[in-house]
Amino acid sequence: MSTLEIKDLHVSIDTDQGNVPILRGVTLTINTGETHAIMGPNGSGKSTLAATIAGHPRYRVDGGSILLDGEDVLSMSVDERARAGLFLAMQYPVEVPGVTMTNFLRTAKTALDGEAPSLRHWTRDVKKAMGDLRIDADFAQRNVNEGFSGGEKKRVEILQLELFHPRFAILDETDSGLDVDALKIVSEGVNREHAKGGMGTLLITHYTRILRYIKPDFVHVFIAGRIAEQGGPELADRLEEEGYDRFTAVEA
Amino acid sequence: MAETTQTDITPDTPLDGGASALDEKARLGSATIGRAAIDGFTEEGERLPGGDDGTEQLGLKKHSHGNAPVIPEASRGERRRSFDLADFPPLTGQEEDWRFTPLKRLRGLHTDDLTGRAPAVEVTGATNVRVETVGRDDSRLGTAATPEDRVSAAAWNAFTEATVITVPRETSADGEVMVRITGSSADPAAQYVLIRAEQFSKAVVVLDHVGSVALAQNVEIVVEDGAELTVVSVQEWDDDAVHVSSQQARIGRDARYKHVVVSLGGDLVRLTPSSVFSAPGAEVEMYGLYFADAGQHLEQRLLVDHATPNCTSRVTYKGALQGQDAHTVWVGDVLIRKAAEGTDTYETNRNLLLTDGARSDSVPNLEIETGLIEGAGHASATGRFDDEHLFYLMARGIPEKAARRLVVRGFLTEVIQQIRVPALEERLSESLERELAAGNL
Repeated sequence: MSTLEIKDLHVSIDTDQGNVPILRGVTLTINTGETHAIMGPNGSGKSTLAATIAGHPRYRVDGGSILLDGEDVLSMSVDERARAGLFLAMQYPVEVPGVTMTNFLRTAKTALDGEAPSLRHWTRDVKKAMGDLRIDADFAQRNVNEGFSGGEKKRVEILQLELFHPRFAILDETDSGLDVDALKIVSEGVNREHAKGGMGTLLITHYTRILRYIKPDFVHVFIAGRIAEQGGPELADRLEEEGYDRFTAVEA
Repeated sequence: MAETTQTDITPDTPLDGGASALDEKARLGSATIGRAAIDGFTEEGERLPGGDDGTEQLGLKKHSHGNAPVIPEASRGERRRSFDLADFPPLTGQEEDWRFTPLKRLRGLHTDDLTGRAPAVEVTGATNVRVETVGRDDSRLGTAATPEDRVSAAAWNAFTEATVITVPRETSADGEVMVRITGSSADPAAQYVLIRAEQFSKAVVVLDHVGSVALAQNVEIVVEDGAELTVVSVQEWDDDAVHVSSQQARIGRDARYKHVVVSLGGDLVRLTPSSVFSAPGAEVEMYGLYFADAGQHLEQRLLVDHATPNCTSRVTYKGALQGQDAHTVWVGDVLIRKAAEGTDTYETNRNLLLTDGARSDSVPNLEIETGLIEGAGHASATGRFDDEHLFYLMARGIPEKAARRLVVRGFLTEVIQQIRVPALEERLSESLERELAAGNL
């Protein structure tokens, strides 16, 4: 079993108006096999947490630590973090010119595993995973995310999740912009990977609807860069009824 | 950026910067149009609808039509064509077809007498192809090509002997024809090469340019009825070379012609490849690959002249740029004349900016004088490889250098694969690796 430990994390960004603190002391521990939902209003720092774990250079860590089985994640480069088993399903996956999906997936898999996947098995795995996610076969020959719709990009993120088998997956608003059918397809993909038992999940979302398909073990409410409340799945039900007003009112 | 991380990404772009569709496209003609006239088209030609409105989005630019003042021409088909230098006034840089070219760096090709020593020509490879060196009075010269600009006309006036390569009638060349063109003088010089593929012949001819030159060159290409000819022009010049080359092809009935440009080396390279259909039923493919480093100017201006019915053309040019003041220019003119019913044409240019400080100009022009076509369209896109792309690939475990190479290789290999000469493809792939390495990518 693996553990991802976030301790008293403080993160800021530099803007034209100066340095702006975003995360103000976040502490969170996720174990393999657990699903944690992080919920909160816009601007509460949910996506910042995701990007900081993955190592996006825009975010400055001012304090605290992130440990993966005791290893210091913050001292790793972006690609080292991925190879250590962290996976970020991005909120806005970028279009990468000039690289076909096929080439990209194989190159990434090779980098992650340290050796090229067996061609026969790999081709079969990719084909099956694409089929499961209702991704058209001809996407394999298209450039990464180029011209894909918002929903297609999200499905391709989950495709990678299923092919790369990360130890910890951070899903950054994977549900946003998806219609009900696409939401189900994407959720099933996450659940399939979860069922294999080797993955912990940090599910970041603004809405509760994805939690009907992906059942969290823990729910954390993010307000103004801190965890304001945490509990079990019942907390999500309460948020669905009451919204975030109760928290933001206190904050104000 | 967090001091504890070890990446070289700089934090100058927002995480949430979404990119969007890379293409600006205009596509005309479809099954439903068939033989009917196309709405919005007049017999005077057209302006494509929904075209260049100058909209920019993060990292993606629509194709520019340049900033320089322009002397308009009514139709590409009306451009002056002449063997007489006096028909082309001295260049000012204001001319439509010279507006992107830094004339100061032409090393006198547009002003001086082209009396320097022409680069050496060595032809190897196929044994059943005829190679001759002829005087300028040889009647075969200048039958299929007429200069369209001042430098080309000057080169026509100045060359002393020409290389003529003939693929005899109904002959399939028993190997590639490798034409090694080696420059060894910085004095402005002229050169003439004629490539003739006689009826129903088949050959691949590679013009392999190396060394140092200030060269005004005319390459005349005749593709007779039913012939199948590939001409590859590789520019791996030394860093100081200046090369201006007109490469005009005349395409016969049911002929197939493929032209491939690979421009990597040289200070200034300006190619004007053209394909003129002279009879129905022919197919043309024109490919190009260019990789500009800091300070390099690589320019290509194409013309596909559909003057006869039922011909097909496809143009695909791709460029990569890295370093301060790397500049590439691609202008693609496609002309569909009134007689060219049943034409099917599409042209694409894509550019990839790998660093700041580089500039890529891309101008597709489509001029249509008949609506009775199968299809006509173009696409142009210039994209950036930026920190967000790098982050995405690295977040999937791919190290930074590998990520950059992955992108550039993937982008440019498509064109190299069109050459279909394995040894040359391999050499050019290695050259690309060196370009990448030189840019510290």
